[in-house]
Amino acid sequence: MKILVCISKTPDTTAKISFTQNNTKFNGDGVQWIINPYDEWYALVRAIELKEKDPTTVVHLATVGLADTEPIIRKALAIGGDEAIRVNADSADSYYIASQLAEVARQGGYDLILTGKETIDYNGSSIGGILAELLDLPYISLAVKFELNGTTATVTREIEGGEETDEVSLPALVSCQKGVAEQRIPNMKGIMGARTRPLKVLEPVATDTLTSVVSFELPPAKAGVKLVPADNPAELIRLLHEEAKVF
Amino acid sequence: MSVLIFIDHSEGHVKKASLELLSYGAALAARLGVAAEGILLGTVNSDLGALGRYGVKKIHQAAQEVLNHLDSQVYARIIADAATATGATVVVFSNNVNGKAIAPRVAARLKAGLVSGAVALPDTANGFVVRKNVFSGKAFANVSINTPIKVIALNPNSYPVKEGEGSAEIAPLNVTAAPRVKVVSTTQASGQVPLTEAEIVVSGGRGLKGPENWGMIEDLAKALGAATACSRPVADAHWRPHNEHVGQTGIAIAPNLYIAIGISGAIQHLAGVNRSKVIVVVNKDPEAPFFKAADYGIVGDAFEVVPKMTEAVKKLKGIA
Repeated sequence: MKILVCISKTPDTTAKISFTQNNTKFNGDGVQWIINPYDEWYALVRAIELKEKDPTTVVHLATVGLADTEPIIRKALAIGGDEAIRVNADSADSYYIASQLAEVARQGGYDLILTGKETIDYNGSSIGGILAELLDLPYISLAVKFELNGTTATVTREIEGGEETDEVSLPALVSCQKGVAEQRIPNMKGIMGARTRPLKVLEPVATDTLTSVVSFELPPAKAGVKLVPADNPAELIRLLHEEAKVF
Repeated sequence: MSVLIFIDHSEGHVKKASLELLSYGAALAARLGVAAEGILLGTVNSDLGALGRYGVKKIHQAAQEVLNHLDSQVYARIIADAATATGATVVVFSNNVNGKAIAPRVAARLKAGLVSGAVALPDTANGFVVRKNVFSGKAFANVSINTPIKVIALNPNSYPVKEGEGSAEIAPLNVTAAPRVKVVSTTQASGQVPLTEAEIVVSGGRGLKGPENWGMIEDLAKALGAATACSRPVADAHWRPHNEHVGQTGIAIAPNLYIAIGISGAIQHLAGVNRSKVIVVVNKDPEAPFFKAADYGIVGDAFEVVPKMTEAVKKLKGIA
C-alpha cells in the first residue's frame, strides 16, 4: 500500500488577517505558519494509523511551495511519513497546484491519496476534486470516517443533515475532516527522525493558472453589540422581529 | 450560449440551496444576455417544469435511478459534456457538500477557472471578477476568472431566492453511467431543517451544563422554526451529535440569525459562524469574547433568559 498525503501551509488559526501591496497580498509579517489543520489532524494522522496497522505501507507527503515551506514539512514528517516531496513553486491557483500534485502522483503510483477537506486560508475545497479529475480517480469528499479492507475503502462522508457510507476500490482520492482521525502531537523520536528522512525537491511542470486574486477586503467592522437587560428577553425578541427583521 | 445551473436534490426534493442557485444563475444569465438552463441528474418527486418560476427556460435531465447517488466522477463527465453541448460559458453549483465534490472536477474537465465559496454575482464590467469568502469568513477575495468557460460554486444562504412566473421545458439527457463509488447506507435525520440550509440556528455551548438541559434550546428552536447546533466541547462530550457541531472543525454556516447560548465564542467557533447575518449572544459572563462579534446580546443566566425568549416568540407568533 502506497499513500500520498497532500499538505498545505496556512497562517495559524488565530493569526491576525491583514493585507499589503494595495490589498493584493496577504500580510505574512509576524504570522505563525502551520500545516493546514485538516491536512495534518485528519489526512496525515489517518495515513500514519494505516501504516501502524500494516508496516509495509509507505506514506509520502507532498506540498507545493517555496523553500520557506520546509519547516512545516519537517513538522509533518515528525508526526509520520517516510518521505516528503516539495514542488518548488509559489502556490498560485487551485488548478496550478493540483496539476503539480498530479505530476507527483503519476510518478509515485499511489493506491490512495488523502487531502484535508479545505485549507483554512482560501477555503477552496477544490484541490482534491481537481486532482481526482486530472488523475481520473474516484473521489469521495468531506469524509468523517475511513476504513480500509485490502484494496476496498469504506468511507463515510458528510451529507446535509446526516451521513452516507460509500465503498470504493482503490486507487481513489479522499478528502478528510473531523472524525477520520484525532490530532497527534509529535514526540521527540519523531522530531529527531524527521531530520534525516528524505525531502525531495522537484521543479514544477509547465502549466497554466486559470484565476488570479484582484484584491482582498476585510468585512466592515460590526457596529457593536446592542445589550438588552436580562430581565427583559421579550425586548430582544421585539428587536429581532422589528429592527433586524430576521423572522 | 448559456449559464448552466446544477440542480442538487436529495430524497426526492430539490434542495433549498438549488433554488438560491437557480435565482443566481438566472440573474447572471440575464446580465450576460444568454439563456439560463438547468441540469438535474436522477429523479425528484415534484414537477421539474415548475422550477421555471426561478428563471430557467430549460432543464436537462438524466433520469436514471442510478444517478440518485453521487459519484463525482460520473456526475462531472455528464455535466461537462452537457456544458459543451449547450455552449455554456458559465457553470454554477451550490458550494454545498455535493457541489464541493463535483464543481472542481467539472472545472478541471473543462479547464475552466473555478471560484468556490462565491457570495455575490460576478462583476462583469471589467473582465469576470467573483467575490468569495476567504480566511474562514474573516475576509473577502475578489478573484478574476481568466478562462473562456467559468465555474462558480455559490455559498448557501448568500443569494436570495427570487420566485416569479414561468415553466421550464424538460430536455431528457441520454447518458451511460457506471459508478465506481457504491453507496452502502445513508443516515439522515428526517423532518429537521438541515443546518446548512436553516435560516435561523439556535446553538448551545458548555454553559448549558449538560445534555439534559437541551429541552429549552429545542423549545426556542421549535418556536422560531430554527435548526439546533452546538459548540465543539458539547459535541466532543457527546452531549449532542457531531453533525450539530458548528465551528472551524465542524460545519460552517451562514444563517440570517444565529443565537448562541452559553458559548464563549472562541476564534475557532467564530470561524464557522461569523458569516451569519445577525448574531445574538446569551452568556452570563460579560467578558465572553463572543459579545464582540455579536449584534445583540443579553448578559444573564441562560436558564432564566431562554424560556422567556421562547415565551416571547410564541406570543409574537400567536402560538399558544
